[in-house]
Amino acid sequence: MFSRAYKTAVTVPPLVWVTVFLLTPYLLMFCYSFWSVSPAQAIVHSWNLDNYKELFQKTVYWQTLLRSMWIAARVMLLSLLLGYPLAYFVSFYAGKRKDLLYQMVIIPLWVSYLVRAYAWKTILGSDGVLNTLLQYAHLTRRPLDFLLYSPFAVVLTLTHIYTPFTFLPIYAALEHIPRNLVEASHDLGATPAQTFWKVIFPLSIPGVVAGATFAFVLSLGDFLAPLLLGGPSGIMISNIVVSLFGAAYNWPLGAAISLGMLVIVVSLLFLSEHLEKKWSFS
Amino acid sequence: MEFLVTPGPMSNIPRSRWLLAHAAAVFAFLYLPIAILILYSFNGQGVGGFPPHHLTFDWYRILFADEPIWDSVLNSLQVAFAAMAISLTFGVPAALALERAQFPGKAFFRRLVLLPLILPGIITGLSLLMLFNVMGGKLSLMTIVLGHGTALISVATTEVFAGLQKLDRAQEEASLDLGANYWQTFWRITVPNLKLPIIGAALLIFTLSMDEIAVSFFLIGRDNTLPLEIWGRLRRGITPEINAVSTIIFVFSLVTIVVWYRLRVRAEGSAEVRSELIPGSATADQ
Repeated sequence: MFSRAYKTAVTVPPLVWVTVFLLTPYLLMFCYSFWSVSPAQAIVHSWNLDNYKELFQKTVYWQTLLRSMWIAARVMLLSLLLGYPLAYFVSFYAGKRKDLLYQMVIIPLWVSYLVRAYAWKTILGSDGVLNTLLQYAHLTRRPLDFLLYSPFAVVLTLTHIYTPFTFLPIYAALEHIPRNLVEASHDLGATPAQTFWKVIFPLSIPGVVAGATFAFVLSLGDFLAPLLLGGPSGIMISNIVVSLFGAAYNWPLGAAISLGMLVIVVSLLFLSEHLEKKWSFS
Repeated sequence: MEFLVTPGPMSNIPRSRWLLAHAAAVFAFLYLPIAILILYSFNGQGVGGFPPHHLTFDWYRILFADEPIWDSVLNSLQVAFAAMAISLTFGVPAALALERAQFPGKAFFRRLVLLPLILPGIITGLSLLMLFNVMGGKLSLMTIVLGHGTALISVATTEVFAGLQKLDRAQEEASLDLGANYWQTFWRITVPNLKLPIIGAALLIFTLSMDEIAVSFFLIGRDNTLPLEIWGRLRRGITPEINAVSTIIFVFSLVTIVVWYRLRVRAEGSAEVRSELIPGSATADQ
């Protein structure tokens, strides 16, 4: 029923815009990663693999990447541990308060990311809320200094930020489970634990995968929380990229690292899509 | 009979008690920083220290006299409105295209528009920085607008696409049969029928843009947006008026959410609304 002209009119403008402002920049990043910087700090447009060689040879990049992945993995695990039981509770046990509780999980997302990270800084600092509270209660005599400027602070803050994101897909998956399956399992004599592990949990796996991917991918690329709360031991891979694009002025090397990150992230997205499909029952 | 007694799938009191305790703990964890933020925006001694004392409105007074902050709020508002215009201008047709047209690279296009929401912001921010660098454009609020507008197209596309799938095409067909052209049909039939998804997308784009920092971080020129102004001050040191401005924004967004939620519930019923009023749910469902 829609004419050719109509289809062209709705297709071409978005296609052109997205090609210019989304596809071209990503491709440009790819190109940059094969260029280099001259001693006079100009970008040299000659194609070579030097940036990648440097990446593979210098251990600092590998160590930082591994540390970032380890931080992201901890964030992912913690958000699942916090988010799954919460989603299960809201979906199955909250009764009339379901809507309200659901909204209450969403509301923190509307407070600026930056401001929440900053709030953690005021809580964890050496004369921050937690340390002065501990001293006030005579639990410690000196402020605990491992709380702030450490990977711990980064993991805690990112977990706080991404737990609602992990909750959402898990909750959606749990809500889609037909309740009569649960009743059937119950009627056929399964214990609550059996019902959970054999019926509910397997059906919720696509949500778990989506939530886990979200938490891992977004924390892997974070650079603001480490800058604000990480200290020297909490530096992540994106912080290196930021400095290469800033003071260190080596865009091509920065582009190569970003591209590496892009490859990791996109492979994870494909993997998670595959897993979600494999475990979805519809 | 047990189903009549408890809302849960089975009446297993110890387990639900354990879950209740866990839920309470998670909510405490989620709300602790927000509570601290609001409390310390009234704390006479500024940031940190326990217990808070000398409750005062000083930080709010300082905040209202602080011109750079209000300039950055104005900048952020301009950016958010402009980004909203761009995302809707290209996102709504993109949804129509995905639902109604076949074109080469359609599956790729669908994934590509979603990328900025799923990728860490640094990747999108840096690649746009390289584009503007190659094109020789100067960084300004305009570059941030282009960044946000492009990155948030998928918000409009997914919301409107979902709305289109529920839409009955008969009305559009009737309009065309009765002699209206496509342009008239679009404005008089398609858009009014998609009013809620479009307003929802617009609000979401607006809020996401107001809070965005990872992409803006690399595209910033001379003028700061609010998050970047806050960032600059946080880097310089402790500034309690940040608590005050955040509290104001929090209350403001809370009111917006409640009003919007009420509107949607009245229009569509609650189950529908629950699944859609979520920043990022579009990507989470994909």
